[in-house]
Amino acid sequence: MSRAEQTRMRHEALGLTNAQALEMHRFMLAARMLDERSWALNRQGKAPFVVSSAGHEACQVGTAYSLMRGSDYFVPYYRDLAVVMVAGLTARDVLLGVYARAEDPCNGGRQMPSHWGCHRLGIISGSSPIATQIPHAAGLAYAIKYRREAGVVMCWFGEGATSEGDWHEALNFAGIHRLPVVFVCENNKYAISVPQSKQMAVATVAERATAYGFEGHHVDGNDVLACYEAAKTAVDKARNGGGPTLIECTTYRYAPHTSDDDDRTYRTREEVKEARRHDPVHRFQAYLKQHNLIDSAELERVTEAIKADLAEAVEYVEQAPYPAVDDALRHVFYER
Amino acid sequence: MPVKNLINTIHDTMWDLMANDERVVVLGEDVGQRGGVFLATKGFLDKFGEERVIDTPLAECSIVGHGIGMALGGLLPICEIQFADFIHPAFNQIVQEAARLRYRSNGDFGCPIVIRAPYGAGVHGGLYHSQSVEALFAHVPGLKIVLPSTPYDAKGLLRAALYDPDPVLYFEHKKCYRGVTGEVPDEDYEVPIGTAAVKREGDVLTVIAYGLMLHHCMDAADRLAAEESINVEVIDPRSVAPMDWECLLGSVAKTSKAMIVIEDNRTLGVGAEISARIGEELFYDLDAPVVRIGGPDIPATPYCKVLEDFFLPTPGQIYDAMLELARY
Ligand SMILES: Cc1ncc(C[n+]2csc(CCOP(=O)(O)OP(=O)(O)O)c2C)c(N)n1
Repeated sequence: MSRAEQTRMRHEALGLTNAQALEMHRFMLAARMLDERSWALNRQGKAPFVVSSAGHEACQVGTAYSLMRGSDYFVPYYRDLAVVMVAGLTARDVLLGVYARAEDPCNGGRQMPSHWGCHRLGIISGSSPIATQIPHAAGLAYAIKYRREAGVVMCWFGEGATSEGDWHEALNFAGIHRLPVVFVCENNKYAISVPQSKQMAVATVAERATAYGFEGHHVDGNDVLACYEAAKTAVDKARNGGGPTLIECTTYRYAPHTSDDDDRTYRTREEVKEARRHDPVHRFQAYLKQHNLIDSAELERVTEAIKADLAEAVEYVEQAPYPAVDDALRHVFYER
Repeated sequence: MPVKNLINTIHDTMWDLMANDERVVVLGEDVGQRGGVFLATKGFLDKFGEERVIDTPLAECSIVGHGIGMALGGLLPICEIQFADFIHPAFNQIVQEAARLRYRSNGDFGCPIVIRAPYGAGVHGGLYHSQSVEALFAHVPGLKIVLPSTPYDAKGLLRAALYDPDPVLYFEHKKCYRGVTGEVPDEDYEVPIGTAAVKREGDVLTVIAYGLMLHHCMDAADRLAAEESINVEVIDPRSVAPMDWECLLGSVAKTSKAMIVIEDNRTLGVGAEISARIGEELFYDLDAPVVRIGGPDIPATPYCKVLEDFFLPTPGQIYDAMLELARY
């Protein structure tokens, strides 16, 4: 077999059809384009606050794609735009949150943008304090195991989050009870401005899994298929009673931490430029082209379709009403 | 009707709740083999198994954080914090997560967990086994806070807490565990959260207290009736969030005098809020300034007996204050 043929086998060897590979690409591209559109809206003064996922698309789509929508659970953090799109949120849903409109399915405009959550889609609601969602993921996995359900929980966070007690406590608990949960660290090397070397004295997050009694794997977070492979293996293991796994995806965020941050204060332009050379979206496009799954015309068509979808979404959300003022008083407690 | 003490009532109630509903699990430190340091879960491990009686690692944030996740997965977790003094590592999970989950998701998610914790002084527990923490949480919308003072209420409130769709903190006064007994019906019943109880009817003044202080107030009121023929109305709010303002304010409107006795530090405590509400709403009904008794502003009771005695209001002090207010 030629080298090219061997490589062609990659997504197929992982059990992915051509259509699925193309769908993964579409999720990545859609997240990237939505992210870029959000920044543009921010600069126009229409979106007060934006959290970027640019650079993280491969590790987000690759891992999230391994879950079964409808029965598994997504426990994301604020940077996980592509994760929640895989889970089922649309560009319109996301922009409703950016614009803080009543219809925002995540929280009705109550939280800052990128605080995901949607009961219907199995996306667990998140807050702002770092790492608090990680014990929720483990507890949820406990409930699934207790109820003999088939679901698996996947929980995402940055490497900064792994310094919090919540993280250690959750991994410890998950290890003790061999819970069906997959922990995914999107290591983009910075927690706002603090580099990994000031976050931990070890070289990788993955190696810490040993201390909690389960496997930790380190993957190239710019390679969507590598991320999928690691996640799929971990999800299958979890579903079969094999317990938790920690996956560390090495990645990079191209934009500042949020639209309120200025990353020039802590990293050089050269570093960012160099990182962009490993753009996961381009890399996957090259793979798809190399294997004739997509050509320039088709890529153009997909891009245009996403663009049209975005334009429609922006138009919709700009017209969408704000919540009624009285809504601020609702949902403190259960409403019968 | 059987007569039981507070801790045995809590034990038996949890036992029945677990026996009748597979969704109920308990988790906390030493709740398994040991049966809890106060024996609230004695025998549970043998009866319900380690899947439902979970001896957790020593990590309070984790006890609550995992409890929240279990609730999200359809279970009804009862999280035990061994002493209220050690609830602080879990403060973030309680306040930012449990309390706000419903609000922050615009009603999409709820968080039906119960967090039990023994609190209170008078047991020579020193600074870190004596704290009253209800006011720290009562400030937070989204939390319900109950403090049963009698075995009857303990049973009814625990059932109500378990089936409440929102997070409930259930604080148990340690000194009342074995010191307070009462009749407890065998059958299931609920004491609705947010309803106060008039524990003693009277017309001269209204005294509001819960936990150990309720019992001190009842003793003082009985003595006052016997010795001075002064009838004091004693009210146990039973929950401080939500507070049964109708009952509290109604009684004060009737008697025209109010006294609040709390064991917690006085400053910005539950008594301060009750006093403020009485001042705002009943200004023209009052015949005397509201009297507020509480602990001094020191962290909690020191260990040494003389110092501990200094902290806690006694039935004698409460009696004197009642008499003075009655004569005002
Ligand atoms: C408990 C807590 N402390 C501080 C913050 C402020 N904060 C927000 S994001 C962040 C950095 C998180 O870094 P990391 O977990 O690596 O994720 P990344 O943003 O790099 O994807 C900090 C310090 C917070 N939200 N919560």
